[in-house]
Amino acid sequence: MKRHLISAADLTRDDAVLVLDTAEEMARMADRPIKKLPTLRGRTICNLFFEDSTRTRISFEAAEKRLSADVINFSAKGSSVSKGESLKDTAQTLAAMGVDAVVIRHSASGAPYRLANSGWIDAPVINAGDGTHQHPTQALLDAFTLRRRLVGHDAGIGQDLSGRRVTIVGDVLHSRVARSNVDLLHTLGAEVTLVAPPTLVPVGVDSWPCEVSYDLDSALPKCDAVMMLRVQRERMNAAFFPTEREYSRRYGLDAERMARIPEHAVVMHPGPMVRGMEITAEVADSPRCTVVEQVANGVFTRMAVLYLLLGGNEPAVTQPSSRTEEK
Amino acid sequence: MSKTLIRGAKVLGGEVRDVLVDGETIAEVGTGLSAEGATVVEAEGLILLPGLVDLHTHLREPGREDSETVLTGTRAAASGGYTAVFAMANTFPVADTAGVVEQVWRLGREHGYCDVQPIGAVTVGLEGRKLAELGAMHESAAGVTVFSDDGKCVDDAVIMRRALEYVKAFGGVVAQHAQEPRLTEGAQMNEGVVSAELGLGGWPAVAEESIIARDVLLAEHVGSRVHICHLSTAGSVEIVRWAKSRGIDVTAEVTPHHLLLTDEMVRTYDPVYKVNPPLRTERDVTALREALADGTIDIVATDHAPHPHEDKDCEWAAAAMGMVGLETALSVVQHTMVDTGLLDWAAVADRMSFAPARIGGATGHGRPVSAGEPANLTLVDPAYRGTVDPADFASRSRNTPYEGRELPGRVTHTFLRGRATLMDGKLA
Repeated sequence: MKRHLISAADLTRDDAVLVLDTAEEMARMADRPIKKLPTLRGRTICNLFFEDSTRTRISFEAAEKRLSADVINFSAKGSSVSKGESLKDTAQTLAAMGVDAVVIRHSASGAPYRLANSGWIDAPVINAGDGTHQHPTQALLDAFTLRRRLVGHDAGIGQDLSGRRVTIVGDVLHSRVARSNVDLLHTLGAEVTLVAPPTLVPVGVDSWPCEVSYDLDSALPKCDAVMMLRVQRERMNAAFFPTEREYSRRYGLDAERMARIPEHAVVMHPGPMVRGMEITAEVADSPRCTVVEQVANGVFTRMAVLYLLLGGNEPAVTQPSSRTEEK
Repeated sequence: MSKTLIRGAKVLGGEVRDVLVDGETIAEVGTGLSAEGATVVEAEGLILLPGLVDLHTHLREPGREDSETVLTGTRAAASGGYTAVFAMANTFPVADTAGVVEQVWRLGREHGYCDVQPIGAVTVGLEGRKLAELGAMHESAAGVTVFSDDGKCVDDAVIMRRALEYVKAFGGVVAQHAQEPRLTEGAQMNEGVVSAELGLGGWPAVAEESIIARDVLLAEHVGSRVHICHLSTAGSVEIVRWAKSRGIDVTAEVTPHHLLLTDEMVRTYDPVYKVNPPLRTERDVTALREALADGTIDIVATDHAPHPHEDKDCEWAAAAMGMVGLETALSVVQHTMVDTGLLDWAAVADRMSFAPARIGGATGHGRPVSAGEPANLTLVDPAYRGTVDPADFASRSRNTPYEGRELPGRVTHTFLRGRATLMDGKLA
């Protein structure tokens, strides 16, 4: 694996399977009375959130704490960033404090890439979502959820998602989740179809390793999973679609549409959901919808990523004697 | 009066000649000229060009002296072989009155590195609503003939029409920054394969092309001439080619960076590649080179856009747009156009001196290298190979996309009215 996790496209098939397998081990831990591993004891991880995000930050924080890391939460609001401090100065400040890894969420596409490649800080950088670019841990937790549901917890170990068909529906244009999932699902051997109104698909999508359709109904009967993306109501005001009602009618997932997808197929959503817009309450609350499961899996997957980037090559607790033996 | 003998240079890349400069003018062009009483510049292997003219420079003074001043900008110009630059109007305050343009013009005269011809704003405050006092700027000591809201597009069709018509009274020209504003809201880079992947707001080619199409038709309708700034797409080339074939009085420029770089560079998210108009695709680069070669594009203009380090040392979306260009322009043109066989040096003289001087009405510049002409001259060593090091720049800013890149050619001497502003690569 590379030193940083910036884009889902950075992961090879073997890297991704290793993360999923490691996440499965982490999940087993969650059933034990003491859910904590000592792996990252004495390491400091900073969650650097320039953009509001409750669920992603909490998920990372839970993962970090279960690995015994010391956690610093830094959110832009109320910090020196809101007073005009640059990303560079913030990064250098954290470097001076001896941070061992940075988890960054930023509204500007490419900010994590800049952080990792500009020499401002010498620590692994994990992208927790940047603008409309990438959200690689989301794609990993989605892949983990899919593998568990479609292949099985134990049967899935070492497996990818070859031949599985995933339909991603909604605002692809503004979605880092869609970009990350297209990259990762393709790497894992799945076939991806994007479904959206033409206004919400980026120009240049033809170079992506997926199919594009404007018709949800024709894509539904032949998929193993439907992944719904959040559609912000404000998009309507920029003429991406005429009204909320029309969007829901053409691209929303309701019970009637859900009945048309194969019985084994699951409905996914990265959250937060806009009920009544892209998904009806009936679908969101149905047992086929994995939205809550995805949240739980997010912690395991992020534990796996942190473990592999920060501690995976070393024993959980370094003993001087074991050092000698390794030689 | 001082005399300089430039001995054995290839004039416009052709015949080897001696050129004797006496005072401010070229006294004689010939062979075996006497060096008596003259400083001799041995120019064997060098190419002698008319002093370069840049129709599109941002000198930033007044208002952003942290990025460039008239002094540092004209030193950069002399370093790059320029003897005249046209200074864009988007300063603070905006160059939309006779007072501001006279100030910039006077600073250029005082420093003496390069003639500075201010460009006046088309509209008050570059706001696109109300015509600035174009006549007053023309009648001022600065004698403005080129008007532009560069940085912003004159997007209102009626304002553009009126401006095109109005400047006919004194032989002016409007230089349009073609960028449809609504199509480029939040735009960060060329819209296409790379923007889709990087998740950066797309800047569609049509935003440029639609304005150019409109403006050539407006120019035709009112019988005016129009100049198109920094053309960047293959489609824009097609429209200008069509307009010229129809007899419309349109001229166009291309920047050195659009002749060399593509949007693939943006994959680094390094804002040094962030520029307006954005870097386009390989296909566009090829079309721009061909158009410059066949004359569809008339000139190379640098769009030299200095920015302080902090405005580029940040995340892409927060960064300023623009690149410095005066000190690398000729090398990039040699690399992309001469070394590829698309242009000879005589044509380079046309695209970088004769034609821009003609379009901008820069008297005394862009003249033939012959006796009696003003001695505005540039010597180039085309055999030189060097790596671009921004620390060597005379410009106050360092935002070059060519850092560490090997580029051919080097300007060794620049003469402004007979006086060396650059001698053996060193500023006077």
